[in-house]
Amino acid sequence: MARVLMKGCEAIAEAAVRAGCRFFAGYPITPQNEIPEYFARRMPEVGGVFVQGESEVASVNMVYGAASAGTRSMTSSSSPGISLKSEGISYAAAARVPMVYANISRGGPGVGAIQPAQQDYFQATKASGNGGFEMLVLAPSTVQEAVDLTYAAFDYADRDQNPVLILADGVIGTMMEPVELPPMKSDEEIAAIRAGKAAWACTGHKLDYANRSWIQPGQWDTKKMQQENEKAAAMYATWEQDVQVEEYHTQDAEVVIAAYGISGRIAKSVVDICRSAGKKVGLIRPITVHPFPYAAFDRINYDVCKAVLDVEMSIPAQMVQDVRAGVKGRCPIETCLCSGGNIMSREAILNTVDAILAK
Amino acid sequence: METNLCVAGFGGQGVMSLGKFLADATCNATDKQVTFFPSYGAEQRGGTANCFVVISDGMIGAPLGDVMDDLIVMNGPSMNKFLPTLKKGGTLFVNSSIVDANIDREDVKVVKAPVTTLALEMGNAKVLNVIMLGVYVGYTEVVPPEVVWETIEHKLGSKPKLLPLNKLAFEKGLEIGRSQR
Repeated sequence: MARVLMKGCEAIAEAAVRAGCRFFAGYPITPQNEIPEYFARRMPEVGGVFVQGESEVASVNMVYGAASAGTRSMTSSSSPGISLKSEGISYAAAARVPMVYANISRGGPGVGAIQPAQQDYFQATKASGNGGFEMLVLAPSTVQEAVDLTYAAFDYADRDQNPVLILADGVIGTMMEPVELPPMKSDEEIAAIRAGKAAWACTGHKLDYANRSWIQPGQWDTKKMQQENEKAAAMYATWEQDVQVEEYHTQDAEVVIAAYGISGRIAKSVVDICRSAGKKVGLIRPITVHPFPYAAFDRINYDVCKAVLDVEMSIPAQMVQDVRAGVKGRCPIETCLCSGGNIMSREAILNTVDAILAK
Repeated sequence: METNLCVAGFGGQGVMSLGKFLADATCNATDKQVTFFPSYGAEQRGGTANCFVVISDGMIGAPLGDVMDDLIVMNGPSMNKFLPTLKKGGTLFVNSSIVDANIDREDVKVVKAPVTTLALEMGNAKVLNVIMLGVYVGYTEVVPPEVVWETIEHKLGSKPKLLPLNKLAFEKGLEIGRSQR
């Protein structure tokens, strides 16, 4: 297939359209404005609906509603905007409504900085809203991966009846790169997907009170609420099969870098630079940051590994806690961090690697 | 082989378009990898704007490197800001119409082109970026010039009356670039 040069945000939106997304609601915030902008232009072409809501809260609840009606639906925002959407996300998770959303994250906390950052790791992977629900969280490191993961996200969401989060950052969102786009789902395929949700979604039922669909973000009956949480927990437990991770030159590595998203990609090029200089450096790049690929850290050769180097565009480091849980004390853990909208420097990683190797 | 290019200037000088034309041409007509990364923020006409283009035979790690192989500066402030990032032996492309400061580095190659003046002489100040793109491609041949022109032609497809002027601008740039190799 021919490759086309696309901006990350636009590529995410196009991948969603091709996956059958026919409802998008959002509210502007840098650096993800090209997602709603693209949908605004594209949705009318495919018979879909684009709404610029009056706020993040309104937008996420429109998506919650459209998804409850069986339509593949999406929203997007950036860090502080994602916080505002957390109520709707939690409701969708409680009601077991499939939806996809993207966080093109920027500096934080607070209004932070509009430049790229990875400060939302805990929020994304541990608590994207109240109530302890979990989501698959997919972290692309290239525009192509953003396309592929967005396309797959809708299948995951439908399979699990659960929200799925694309955790990207301002670099992935705003950079342009050649991509190959996945096939466009036909109107028939999209109709079949929606029809397949008739058992639970409000897809239009005959007047039949006994068997009508209920979208409930909670239960009045405490026993039932516990049962719902038990069902959700059982579903989360199946996600071990969905773990995606890139392990690159880890076998004989004296330093294993752990990094995701844009930092993972920059770190990968550091591994290449080091290897060409004869330095034994490897990389573990979580693609799913939740579930986290803990098992990849069991495959490190701790007889030769001097340290695992956690690289994040976040101060304080956040993913390092999952890295620590994976390493289980088998070697020291070092960090190389930046924050505030500054982009991870290849040189900074290289210097940290050299310092570890020199020990 | 990987080339890291930074293009910087005033907002309104077509800095982003220059980078995008180059990235698009690379995507369309070569099997190289390419990334285009714009600085974003409070960009506005008259403010500063810059973008980074990486063209590589292999995987691209950092869409903006710490060290630039090539640097295009369209105004003075950009030269002050980005000249320190140019590697030793790298090439600086200067809009010599308005950048009059001394270039305080002797370890870089300098390609001067008075693109603002040339664009005004051609009757449209806006084509300065296309002239500079021509200079860059003519000098580096990082991608074949005809491929870059086809991309410009395609992008301006909806405004065919702009094509002759842009063609003239691109060719003028190529000529300047080639003459300084």
